[in-house]
Amino acid sequence: MHLLHILGRRVLQILATVVLVAVLMFALMHMLPGDPAQVMLGDRGSDAAIAQLHRELGLDRPMPVQFWEFLKRIVTFNLGESVTMRVPVVRLVAERLPNTLMLTAMAATLALLIAVPLAFVAALRPGSKADGAIRAFSQVSLSMPVFYIGLVLLITLAAGLRWFPVGGIGAGFFQDLYYLFLPALTLALSFSAILLRNLRGSLIEVLQAEFVNFATAKGLRRRVVLGRHVLRNASISTVTLFGLHMGSLVGGAVITETVFGIPGIGRLMVDSIFSRDYAVVQGLTMVLAIMVSVVFLAVDALQALLDPRIAT
Amino acid sequence: MSEAVAPAIPRADAREPIAATAQRRARPGRGMIAGAIIILVLIACAVFPDAAAPYQPNAFDYRALLKPPSLAHPFGTDNFGRDVLSRTIWATQIDLQIAIFGTLFPAIFGTFAGALIGYAGGIVDTLFRRLVDLFITIPFLVLVIAIVAVLGPGLLNMYIAVSAINWIFYARLMRAEVIAQKRRDYSDAGRVMGYGAARIIFRHLLPNAITPSIIYWMTDMALVILLGSSLGYLGLGAQPPTSEWGVLIADGKNFMTTAWWMSIFPGMAIVLAGIGFSLLGDGVAIWLGRRK
Repeated sequence: MHLLHILGRRVLQILATVVLVAVLMFALMHMLPGDPAQVMLGDRGSDAAIAQLHRELGLDRPMPVQFWEFLKRIVTFNLGESVTMRVPVVRLVAERLPNTLMLTAMAATLALLIAVPLAFVAALRPGSKADGAIRAFSQVSLSMPVFYIGLVLLITLAAGLRWFPVGGIGAGFFQDLYYLFLPALTLALSFSAILLRNLRGSLIEVLQAEFVNFATAKGLRRRVVLGRHVLRNASISTVTLFGLHMGSLVGGAVITETVFGIPGIGRLMVDSIFSRDYAVVQGLTMVLAIMVSVVFLAVDALQALLDPRIAT
Repeated sequence: MSEAVAPAIPRADAREPIAATAQRRARPGRGMIAGAIIILVLIACAVFPDAAAPYQPNAFDYRALLKPPSLAHPFGTDNFGRDVLSRTIWATQIDLQIAIFGTLFPAIFGTFAGALIGYAGGIVDTLFRRLVDLFITIPFLVLVIAIVAVLGPGLLNMYIAVSAINWIFYARLMRAEVIAQKRRDYSDAGRVMGYGAARIIFRHLLPNAITPSIIYWMTDMALVILLGSSLGYLGLGAQPPTSEWGVLIADGKNFMTTAWWMSIFPGMAIVLAGIGFSLLGDGVAIWLGRRK
């Protein structure tokens, strides 16, 4: 019951956020000097085309009416039409979103597979050589921009050793897994450094708690103590952090897609900026914000499962 | 940049004897010295690029196109025969400029705004918390890209876009700290003595609450350099032929298979700057912690 209550409040918050993002995008377009229709059409705009877009966007009507129309379109998932590609933005998103989702999901999984074991090794012997090496690894990863990690992997593993393709996407699910491995590893390396740092800290803290001594004293095997009691308690803050940094994962995906030439929504966004296709940029910003919001929701649910105190 | 983590105040490892910890804290840590040296070297490169760089950054040499690293060109040459080492050194100017201009306004404005919000509380505070929720939900990079998309690519517009969002993270840190300080006795004492809000906030609360913001500022400079070079790489930040580390890396991406040195070496400069600023930041955190 309480869990539902929390999630319900979260859903309301997501809706509020979406409306606020819409306000922001609307304001951004209208704060520009000049006519939005002219800006959206750019050099391609003939007088007739500008006049038509004026009518479509309702630019001749008062500002509040325009905003109301804008909101109505957003709520009905009418994100407008791409000026350069002449197709609805929603269709572009539908085509490319799966690639982005798969990339971020693979990256998040890989990041956990890297961060959790390393954090355990580091936290069990703080100050040891292994701990030092692991902390150096996370320091260096944190100082590397995502696109640079990607290029280094491309130069060594793809162009040099030819273990992986240099970019693009495969045909079918299993080929995708192969094509997306290097991009996902790129994202995961930078993301895992954030998780690693935090998880190491909370593991060290939890390992000193009395219930750990108690669990060991009552004769539980080390694996059970670490796996069931320590990891579960240490992971609560990491799950929070995972959600908080979802934004950097999605932001990193935008860059990774550009580096590896993956047809996802991040690359579409960068391309659209250069072709001055603002309807697409606007729509994608909304979609990415919704994506992060949904992860927040999942994180809340997971937290409540991990720590019953939150839900009661 | 990015969803701010409260800067971790480094704690001594639990198993370390207290005496050893105290002794280690008595002098600046090795990390802080290393960080300071790295940053000083970078500043020297930025101020005296002529002295540090062996060649002019934009000097074409058509007899030495795409040459691998050698004694004459330690980082190799690019597709116009330009010396990659010299270009990387000249780029330091732009990237340190990004670190300063991308954080200066956010740090100052955000700190003041956060202090006022934390002191005021009530509806102002509620509105601010909603704003923070909003900015956590839209990825920082995506938001900056969206703003740059509207304003147009370039360094100045990038500063505007970064500043428009980045102050939030400073304000958030400051707000939390001021709220904690506000509950302390000295704050009440000031009020009892009839001091005005401005005097209490700026003379008493602010100096006591500013440490986390200063520490975050160090980390933030590294983060903003990463962001600035990412935008440069995408073509949205510094514009060629300006030497900027991200732009240099982008120059090399078409020669990935034939001239790896074009991208790899400028990238190392970014990593060096990032490590320098965070070592310095960690060091300052310990140092300020000791003084308190």
